[in-house]
Amino acid sequence: MLQTRPGHRYARLMSVGGYRGSRVVDNAEMCTMIDSSDEWIRQRTGIVERRWATDDETPLSMSVAAARKAIERAGLVPDQISAIIVSTVSHFKQTPSLACEVAAELGCPAPAAFDISAACAGFSYGVGLAEGMIRSGSSDYVLVIGVEVLSRLTDFDDRSTAFLFSDGAGAVVVGPSDVPGIGPTVWGSDPKATKVIEIGDWKQLTTAGETPYIHMDGRTVFLWATTFIADKTKEALALAGLAPDELDVFIPHQANNRITDSMLRHLKLPESVVVSRDIVHMGNSSAASVPLGMEALLESGEATSGQTALIIGFGAGLVFSGQVVTLP
Amino acid sequence: MASTEEIRSEVAQIVNEIVGVAPEDVQLDKSFADDLDVDSLSMVEIVVACEEKFGVTIPQEEQGNLKTVGDAVAYIERAQA
Repeated sequence: MLQTRPGHRYARLMSVGGYRGSRVVDNAEMCTMIDSSDEWIRQRTGIVERRWATDDETPLSMSVAAARKAIERAGLVPDQISAIIVSTVSHFKQTPSLACEVAAELGCPAPAAFDISAACAGFSYGVGLAEGMIRSGSSDYVLVIGVEVLSRLTDFDDRSTAFLFSDGAGAVVVGPSDVPGIGPTVWGSDPKATKVIEIGDWKQLTTAGETPYIHMDGRTVFLWATTFIADKTKEALALAGLAPDELDVFIPHQANNRITDSMLRHLKLPESVVVSRDIVHMGNSSAASVPLGMEALLESGEATSGQTALIIGFGAGLVFSGQVVTLP
Repeated sequence: MASTEEIRSEVAQIVNEIVGVAPEDVQLDKSFADDLDVDSLSMVEIVVACEEKFGVTIPQEEQGNLKTVGDAVAYIERAQA
């Protein structure tokens, strides 16, 4: 009979930290790059401005900045981090993983470190993995980071998507808990829909310095998000044993305010539920959008530590993942 | 079997819920895009809500033909028949 590790009974989010690309690109500036208008962009998406990384801001630098905040806010030091999970689609190197580079930069001695590719659902995938790692006893403190520099993957000839994307990083520390702080993860994929959102193949590129672009069938994503994903969101709430009126905060992936509006109609959440609208000043930062939205609500005082929040991510794959968490 | 007016009235409620247009303005001769300010994303939601409400399927290739409220009501009537 093999021996196994004793795990921790429960896990929780201990902290959140974010970093936003420092360049503010408003719709007026965006419309110097694409044929569109401020009114059209606001009406279709809610976006007023987005944040882009400067040349000095990289997936590594933004991850490390977000992670340092999260580790400090958790009352920990980098030595105590036993695992690092980074969700990204914009680390342009297949190995070493960005997680290993983050470990080196933070000075973590020898954490388990790996990247995951789950696009806009990646942060919630990471939280689900971290929860399992803590409960199984394979880790004590897991750093989960979602980071993207989508501005470098944006097709400025595609006026239906170019104004959406942004750059930033969000990090949480997940640690052991005496009470449940992370509800069951509802996750999955739609293998029939692999072509709905894609980033092109690097091998097809011909010019040095070129990057592949994000291509998206927005209408199909909208339909999927407002029907199937809205149902999955209900499922995550029900599996956590919460009625809609027991929920305090809803933080959907910030893909489009219109998707959020439609989900809210579908979910019939009470008016009292605080809803993240971080997209207005951030745009769509994929894996970073949920932790950035969480940090913004906590910093503004719209949400407070200890409240229950439903998070859900959905995107290229297609993949989705959501769970109820207690806010750090 | 619901009458044309009953279907129009239900569609009007759906349009009201999704884009906020007063139900009495949602008449058969009104164009979704030109008269009721329904854009393509709202149209997706209206179609999904109609499918749920009336138990019909409106294929994507058919959706482009639904220019007016009357087009949608007629499609639902045929699909229910």
